[in-house]
Amino acid sequence: MFDALKEKLSAVFSKLGSKGKLSEADIDAALREVRRSLLEADVDFRVAKDFIAKVRERASQAEVLESITANERIAAIVYEELIALMGKSEPLIISPKPPTVILMAGLQGSGKTTTTVKLARQLKSSHNPLVVACDLRRPAAVEQLKILAENAKISFYGPEKNNQDVLEVVRGAKKFADAHMNDVIILDTAGRLHIDEELMTELKEIAEILPPHEKILVVDSMMGQEAVNSAKSFHELLSLTGLILTKLDGDARGGSALAIRAVTGVPVKFAGVGENTDALEIFSPERMAGRIMGMGDVQGLVEKVKAAGINEDAIKPAELSGKQFNLETLLKQFEQIEKLGPLDKLAGMIPGLDKIKNFSAEDVDANALKRNKAIIQSMTPAERHNPRIIKGSRRRRIAEGSGTSVQMVNQLLAQYEQMKKMFKTFSSNSRGGKGLKSLFGFGR
Amino acid sequence: MAFFSKLKNSLKGVREKWSGGISKLFSAKNFDADFWDNLEEQLIAGDTGLDFAEETIEFLKDEAKSKKLKTPAELKNIFVEKITGELNSVNGMGKSFELNKTPLILLMIGVNGSGKTTSAGKLATMYKNQGKKVIMAASDTFRAAAVEQLKIWGERSGVRVIAQGQGSDPAAVAFDAWKAAESSKADVLIVDTAGRLHDKHNLMEELKKIHRVLSREAGPERLETVLVLDSVLGQNSVAQAETFNNIIPVSSIILTKYDNTSKGGVVISIARKLRVPVRYIGLGEGAEDLNNFAPSEFANALMETEINP
Repeated sequence: MFDALKEKLSAVFSKLGSKGKLSEADIDAALREVRRSLLEADVDFRVAKDFIAKVRERASQAEVLESITANERIAAIVYEELIALMGKSEPLIISPKPPTVILMAGLQGSGKTTTTVKLARQLKSSHNPLVVACDLRRPAAVEQLKILAENAKISFYGPEKNNQDVLEVVRGAKKFADAHMNDVIILDTAGRLHIDEELMTELKEIAEILPPHEKILVVDSMMGQEAVNSAKSFHELLSLTGLILTKLDGDARGGSALAIRAVTGVPVKFAGVGENTDALEIFSPERMAGRIMGMGDVQGLVEKVKAAGINEDAIKPAELSGKQFNLETLLKQFEQIEKLGPLDKLAGMIPGLDKIKNFSAEDVDANALKRNKAIIQSMTPAERHNPRIIKGSRRRRIAEGSGTSVQMVNQLLAQYEQMKKMFKTFSSNSRGGKGLKSLFGFGR
Repeated sequence: MAFFSKLKNSLKGVREKWSGGISKLFSAKNFDADFWDNLEEQLIAGDTGLDFAEETIEFLKDEAKSKKLKTPAELKNIFVEKITGELNSVNGMGKSFELNKTPLILLMIGVNGSGKTTSAGKLATMYKNQGKKVIMAASDTFRAAAVEQLKIWGERSGVRVIAQGQGSDPAAVAFDAWKAAESSKADVLIVDTAGRLHDKHNLMEELKKIHRVLSREAGPERLETVLVLDSVLGQNSVAQAETFNNIIPVSSIILTKYDNTSKGGVVISIARKLRVPVRYIGLGEGAEDLNNFAPSEFANALMETEINP
């Protein structure tokens, strides 16, 4: 866990040789590395300072100083403190008396419009949300929301042509929601460069017509040191109830979120992790702490597996024993892996994978999986259960049927044989291995 | 929540200490550890990055010593000169694009939400006002309504927009637009592309293709690749700029959303590493809100952050 920091810390400590006990100066050197990590992740420098003081206090305790694994202990303290600083994730506020009104605010380009639709899509399973275009300033912002909402099959309300009065839109939305039984109303407001008089009045007037239960600030995870100041002014004005962190599918470490949470006390509720409107996740402090410290997102991977509805007994261990393992089983596995979503995204979640020599997420070839699936699907049931019968003419037919080449069919069959051998040698419930790597397009 | 209140109190302490910003900082009596620490924090607060901050502090310490300076006040100009000098050492810093060979193509690239379309609209307005013939290409065929957004900018500025539907091939749009620009003898062709996070392989390949097509058709000497950078972004934008630059050579930067609070300190690192000039800064959504970047103003602003948490 949190390899990047741990590595740095062990580098610091290894310089010290085997003195046995760490001195205050050693701790200082270690904490400088912690500070560096935090600042590189865009954690606000004031928050970093306080954080370091807190870690120093705990790290100076005798048991840590005398521990032979002091680097791990300090890294663990950092991790724990980061989680503590981020608080618990909290659910969205849903008013007992509908409609629930959610106000989306944020700086320009933070991702408000996309996030509005993502949020509505999350709520769709248990509610009937309405998204409302209140951004009349950015050209085509209304169209953008409308198109996204239509694609996601979510009710949309926007201004009449040439209407520049936001309050009229809000009043109209209220009527529309009443008539269409929408129990959640999400207002997508205009982005701002900074807080100004105009915004204050506008938001206040909106609140008079439709008092929001949830006031959400949308924050770009790539934001720098300015994040805290801007979030603070939004909070002072609106009394925010939640944050949504966007663009977390990139490689920004998102340290600004930590600082916003610490300074304002407003909880981060969701995280945006992709361009599609279903790419919104419940925020996890543990995951975020790992990210800030530069470790992989183990928990995110576990959750994805759960969400895809893959459970342990989907493939019975017996099927993976050498005897019963056939191409049908393999196809089932492929389908489950596909459910997890884009492979390059998954690869990024596996800790340490980025450290493997010559490996990059770009090498993950989603097409390999698709191709291999197509090959198996072009086989008859008999062939799938007993691949030995697949000889020359069958191979040609399968290649043609799947739009691949005989060579590719041969490759798949060879890999299948390898896997089968592997499963024979391993115990019946072991899974995965070298053969899998190339089948999923990892190895090259 | 004891920690929060503690945090708030200490932040309050910082605020009181810092209310005067840099001028107060440089009015310190002497060069003590506090002065240097505070200066470093000031630089970090401006998003210049830890490496640059540390390097600058070392440099200023040496200067103070070798020139036998007595008070920080004497150091202030040295500081501003250092940053200005570094920035100005990059060719074209703060200068407008050169319209020697027309049509000049401005290929606008950047991550999502950095302000590419808005900057494209502002550039179009600027050139139109200068009496130039401008064409825009809507190569952001991914984001919903991006084409409409650019079309509205086109209507406002009276500039022709070449577009196909959402989801069409962005390189094909760019190609068509180039043909149109060439045949109508336009001065400037502005190509708006889809925002992309720099670690998305496929999208970067798409960008490469647009660049390849334009470079082949128009020749590299007519092609300016303009990285649009949001000034509120942090250290990640350095990695961003480098990745973009590895895919297609970035030749200019536009710094957007540059208001009085966001400092855009990252451009220092980026300009130094890539040796690419920051040409314009954008502020607000008005069509005229585009100015040439001024290194000395930038250096001064960096030091005027009011650090009030």
